Amino acid sequence: MSEELIPEYIKQKKVIRQQYFFRGNAACPGCPIPKELDLLLEVMGKKTVLVVPASCSTVIMGDIKGSPSPVPVVHSAFASAAAIASGLSRQLRMRGEDAKVVVWAGDGATGDIGFAAVSGAAERNEDIIYVCYDNEAFMNTGIQRSSLTPFGAWTTTTPAGKREFKKPVPFIMMEHKIPYVATASIAYPFDYQAKLRKAKDMQGFRYIHLLSPCPPGWRFDSSLTIEVAKLAVETGVWPLFEVVNGEFSLTGISKTLLDKSKRKPVEEYLKLQGRFAKMSEEEIKVFQEAVDSMWEYIKDLVKR
Amino acid sequence: MMTVTKHVTAMVGNHAVAYAVKQAKPQVLAVFPITPQTTMLEKLAEYIEKGELKAELIKVEGEHSALAAVYGAAVAGARVFTATSSQGLLYMTEMIYWAGGERVPIVNAVATRALAEPWSIWDDHQDFFSKRDASWIMMMAENVQEAYDMTLQAFRISEDKRVLLPVMMGFDGFILTHTMERLEILEDEIVNKFIPPREFNLIDFNDPVNVGPIAAPDDYMRIKFETMKAMEGSKEVIEEISKEYEEISGRKQFGLIECYMCDDAEYVFVTAGAWTGDAREAVRRMRSQGKKVGLLKIRVVRPFPKERIKDSLKGVHGVVVFDREYSYGIGGILATEIKATLYNSGIDVYSVIAGIGGKDVRPLHFQKVMEDVLNGHKFDERWLNE
Repeated sequence: MSEELIPEYIKQKKVIRQQYFFRGNAACPGCPIPKELDLLLEVMGKKTVLVVPASCSTVIMGDIKGSPSPVPVVHSAFASAAAIASGLSRQLRMRGEDAKVVVWAGDGATGDIGFAAVSGAAERNEDIIYVCYDNEAFMNTGIQRSSLTPFGAWTTTTPAGKREFKKPVPFIMMEHKIPYVATASIAYPFDYQAKLRKAKDMQGFRYIHLLSPCPPGWRFDSSLTIEVAKLAVETGVWPLFEVVNGEFSLTGISKTLLDKSKRKPVEEYLKLQGRFAKMSEEEIKVFQEAVDSMWEYIKDLVKR
Repeated sequence: MMTVTKHVTAMVGNHAVAYAVKQAKPQVLAVFPITPQTTMLEKLAEYIEKGELKAELIKVEGEHSALAAVYGAAVAGARVFTATSSQGLLYMTEMIYWAGGERVPIVNAVATRALAEPWSIWDDHQDFFSKRDASWIMMMAENVQEAYDMTLQAFRISEDKRVLLPVMMGFDGFILTHTMERLEILEDEIVNKFIPPREFNLIDFNDPVNVGPIAAPDDYMRIKFETMKAMEGSKEVIEEISKEYEEISGRKQFGLIECYMCDDAEYVFVTAGAWTGDAREAVRRMRSQGKKVGLLKIRVVRPFPKERIKDSLKGVHGVVVFDREYSYGIGGILATEIKATLYNSGIDVYSVIAGIGGKDVRPLHFQKVMEDVLNGHKFDERWLNE
C-alpha cells in the first residue's frame, strides 16, 4: 500500500508503535498476548532471549516452520522455565553478552506446576526478568482452573464457580525480597512499559505480573479486552503497584484507589464476563470483601 | 604411540569424576544433592570456591531444575555437567527427554541406585535403565578408572558435531562412588587438547531461532528419524574417540564393548557396570580349571551395540546375562536385548537377575551359575535370591 492511501490514524500508530512481534501469529481474536509481547520487545530490544513454558504462547510462537518472534525463543517444559532461564542467563554472562533473559509464562506455569522453580530462581536472585501473563486459568488446554483463577469464576473444572481465592503470587514474590516486583495491565501500556524499563535497568530477579484478559476463557466479546483489563484496575480487583528494593508504591490510577469510595464496585468488572454469570449476590459480596481486605493489606504496605 | 606421562594416585569414584569434570572445564554446572552422588557435588563446589574451576555452579532447588538449568546453559553454548542418582534421575525424567529430543550436549553422571518404594540407598541399575529410550547415549563404567576416563570421553562424544546428543555415564552407587581405587590421571594440557572448548550455540541475536517449538506429525517423525541416524552414527564416533583416548592415556579403552577371553570361549558372561570385575575374576578362576568361559562387557548401553555383540559371540554355545534391573513381564533388560540381538543365531541365553537393591554379588555367585550351565542345567531366568 502506498503511503498516501494509509488512513491517518494508522500512519500515526506506525510512528508511535513500531511492530516488534509479527502479525499473522496464532493468537485468538482479542487476545492481548501479541500486543503485550510487542510492548515488551520494544523496551527490551533485540538482545533478548524469551523463555516460554507450555502455554498459549507456545502455540502463538508458531511451529518449527517459522516464528513470529524477532528474538530467540527457547521453549521449555511446563515446570522448568525459571531454571532454563537461570542456565541461559549464567552462560550469557560467562560469554560476556549484555543480553536480557525474559521468561514469558502463564499463570499455571508460574503459580502452580513451575512454582518451585520460580521460587528457587528468585531465592538465588538469578539475573532474569520473569513476566507472568495471567489469564487466570489453563487456557491453552481449554479453560481449566489454576491456583490463580479468582473466587467464583466458572471454568471447565469449576463448573459451579471456583470456591478458593486467587493465589496472591505478586505478594508472595515480594516476600522473596527480590530487587523488583510489579503488577501491570494491558489497559495501561505506558505503566507496563515504564515497569519493564525499570526492570531492564536493574540486576537480579525481577518479577512482573501482568493481568491478561482472555475473551474465550473469561467469556466476553473479543472487542472488550481493554475494557475488561481497565475495569479490573478501576474496581481495585487488580491493583497496579511496584516494589523497588523492598519499597512498595502504588502506580498510575491505583494511587487514587486507597480511598474505597474511589473504587468502582466489583460488580461492574464481574458483570462483563460470562465466567462470573452464575455468582449469587452473596458471592459477589464475598468477592467485594476480599478485594477490600486486600486494600487494607496494601494500606499497611504503603505506610511502611 | 606417543609417550604418556602417568600420574598415579588413588580416589573414590565421586572424586575421580569430579576431577575429570574439572579438567574438562565446563562453564555451567547445576547439581542437587542425593546419596550417593553428594560427595561429588561437594568436591565440585570446593573446586569452584577455590577458583580451580572457573564455572557457574547453580545450586538449584531440585533435579528437574538441575537438568533444566544446564539445558538452558547448553543452548547458549556452555559445556555443562550435572549428576544425580535414583529418585533424582526419575525427577529429572521430563527434562531428560526434553534434552534428548533437542539433542543438546550435556554430560550427566548417574550414580546408579535402587528406586523406592521401599527406600533403598544401595545399588542396582533400575534407575539407569529406565532412561534407555530418551535419545541419550548411555555408558556404564566398570571401575573408578573407567568412570574417570568415560567422563572425559563423554564430553567429546556429546559435543561431536556428528553426534550432538546428551550422554549419561552410569557408575554403581557406593560400589564405585565411595570406593577408593588406584587411578591414573591425565595432565591438564593433554585433556585440553583432547576436549577443546565448545564453540557453537543456538542463541544468535542476528539470526534468532525458535528452540524446541511445536512440530506437526511429518516434521516430528522426520526429526526422530534424524535422531535415530545420529544414534547409529555415534557408534563409529564413540569407537574413534576411544581409540584416540587409548593413545593419549596409554590404556586400552575398548569402545562399545569389551571382550575378555572370548576367542575360544564356549560360554560367556554378559555384564554392564561394576560387577564386571567380579565376573572377570570368576572367568579367571574357571579358566585356571580349564573351563572355556569368557566375558562380554557392555560398555555402551545406548546406542545398543548389537552388531559388535553379534560379531564377538560367533561360535559361542551360550551366554549368561547378569541383570541388576528388571522389566516386569518380560525379564532382565539386558537379557531381553541380548536375546533380540542373537535372534536366530542358535546361541542359548540364560538370564540371571541379581544384586537388586544392593544385594551382595561376588565372583563366587558368577562361578556357581556358570557351573550349573556347564553341567547342562537349562533355565530362562533365575533370580539369585538365596
